[in-house]
Amino acid sequence: MSLLSVQNLSVTLRGRPVFRDVSFAIEPGEVVGLIGPNGAGKTTLMRAALGLIPAEGRSSLAALEPRVRAKAAAWMPQSREIAWPVSVETLVMLGRTPHLAAGQSPSDADRAVVETVLARMGLTGLRARAATRLSGGEQARALIARALAQDTPLVLADEPIASLDPAHQISTMRTFAALAEEGRAALVSMHDLGLAARHCTRLILLGEGRLVADGPPGAVLTAERLARVFGITAWFSQTDDGPVFQPLEVLR
Amino acid sequence: MIRLMLILAGLVAALFLASLTLGPADIGPGESLRALLSGDGGPLTLVMREIRLPRALLAAMIGASLGLSGAALQGYLRNPLAEPGLIGVSGTAALGAVLAIQTGLSATFALGLPLMALAGALGGVLLILLLAGPRGSSLTLILAGIAISALAGALTSLVLNLSPNPFAATEMMFWMMGSLADRSMAHVALALPLMALGWVLLVTLGRGLDALTLGEDAAQAMGIRLSRLRLALILGTACVVGAGTAVAGAIGFVGLVVPHLLRPLVGARPSRLLWASGLGGAAMVLAADIAVRLVMPERDLKLGVLTALVGAPLFLHLIYKTRRDMP
Repeated sequence: MSLLSVQNLSVTLRGRPVFRDVSFAIEPGEVVGLIGPNGAGKTTLMRAALGLIPAEGRSSLAALEPRVRAKAAAWMPQSREIAWPVSVETLVMLGRTPHLAAGQSPSDADRAVVETVLARMGLTGLRARAATRLSGGEQARALIARALAQDTPLVLADEPIASLDPAHQISTMRTFAALAEEGRAALVSMHDLGLAARHCTRLILLGEGRLVADGPPGAVLTAERLARVFGITAWFSQTDDGPVFQPLEVLR
Repeated sequence: MIRLMLILAGLVAALFLASLTLGPADIGPGESLRALLSGDGGPLTLVMREIRLPRALLAAMIGASLGLSGAALQGYLRNPLAEPGLIGVSGTAALGAVLAIQTGLSATFALGLPLMALAGALGGVLLILLLAGPRGSSLTLILAGIAISALAGALTSLVLNLSPNPFAATEMMFWMMGSLADRSMAHVALALPLMALGWVLLVTLGRGLDALTLGEDAAQAMGIRLSRLRLALILGTACVVGAGTAVAGAIGFVGLVVPHLLRPLVGARPSRLLWASGLGGAAMVLAADIAVRLVMPERDLKLGVLTALVGAPLFLHLIYKTRRDMP
């Protein structure tokens, strides 16, 4: 069963069409990279799929009641917003919100989930620190941990690795891969095509106001599409160390 | 956490007792409390039940209301500068009150003024709902609140401007400074139901406000219905602030300073801050109302003046402290 299925989704913001007739489905076990140039509508697509903004067409998540949806998919927005200096542990515990009944305080099971996630994102040592005083990359990891603590079959993350150091970029992508191995899935928007090519099982390329391509990285990242949509050339090869993708020159 | 609650609750209880045992009638604390409880119908019982008890009750109720609504608004707007007056309801309530004085309604029957102030508060709520709900953002709420406050302020000035005689103008000015002197149990009875409704609406917001720490998008994706939360926030704040302003006038800075003071003690969690600020606000207004009676017993120092006098420097100090933490 698909964790998310989107059919003919179209979004118009302030009279300007962002994209039209986007359709795709995400199955368990997939790490789907959402790529496309700036302004292609990656964020808009994810928000529309979640039902956070009005859209034409159908999205299986948008059709759900908010509380039910919150147990089906977790969302990590691009803006790293942490309004108050709460501890990292408290911040991650916020991810348990949809699982708590009104007035119920976190149970041992909730705490166990938070422990697992803290360890997974390498945050155990930072648990008592005020989240607002962490570095940008550490904040990003805490917010990813928060989304993971929601413990949903599907995680949607908007540029989660944008401000991370190389080691944490790789380990975060590995975390999404580990989720996929558990039978979950992730939809991750990103600009780093090298990491996308290496760590995603599938790429969705958004551009020109529509879904341009959808498939395994090797099939999506063709020279012709890179030139047309991104305006770049690149070197892409299957090596002994796995797929390696390196953007080279700007074409226009 | 529980310790902080106990300390704050103990503080409120102690200040409440102190407020009850303090007054121009020279009676010992034990004697006055016995008179309050025994109810023998003597003059002392009358003083306790009709003068001091309503005053202490109103101080605690209004303080709790201001603390609670201040914490809720700061949590919703994710801004430590938000305060209960922000949504404009205290402004329109004050307008209703000065109109009651201007028209002579306040002189014709005892509850004329608070009832007119409540009508003003209701007008303010309807206006803000029209402007900012149910699909508006937090920014529309701030802008609508500022616009309504400005309009209510201008109209209040107009009423003052056109007041029939200097005595009426002075009465309006003094009323607007905020005071708990000479209030009766009728005021308590008028304010309590509305405030209780507001408290219930506001304390249920805790989880949503916690989730809002991560921003509106993330909170919504965690199943929080933002439009419902905003509606409960506006109605709850309007109930407590409208009722409070109606019976006591404008008492500033409590709703701003108390959440700010207590935030570090509750780990900055908005849900915990709600409860703590409610208790802290009650303690602060009780203390301030005791202070106005001690500092200048013969001059009728206004409560709102004192809270602003103490609150503003406190706030400056807090800003100074926060500034050091900033990069």
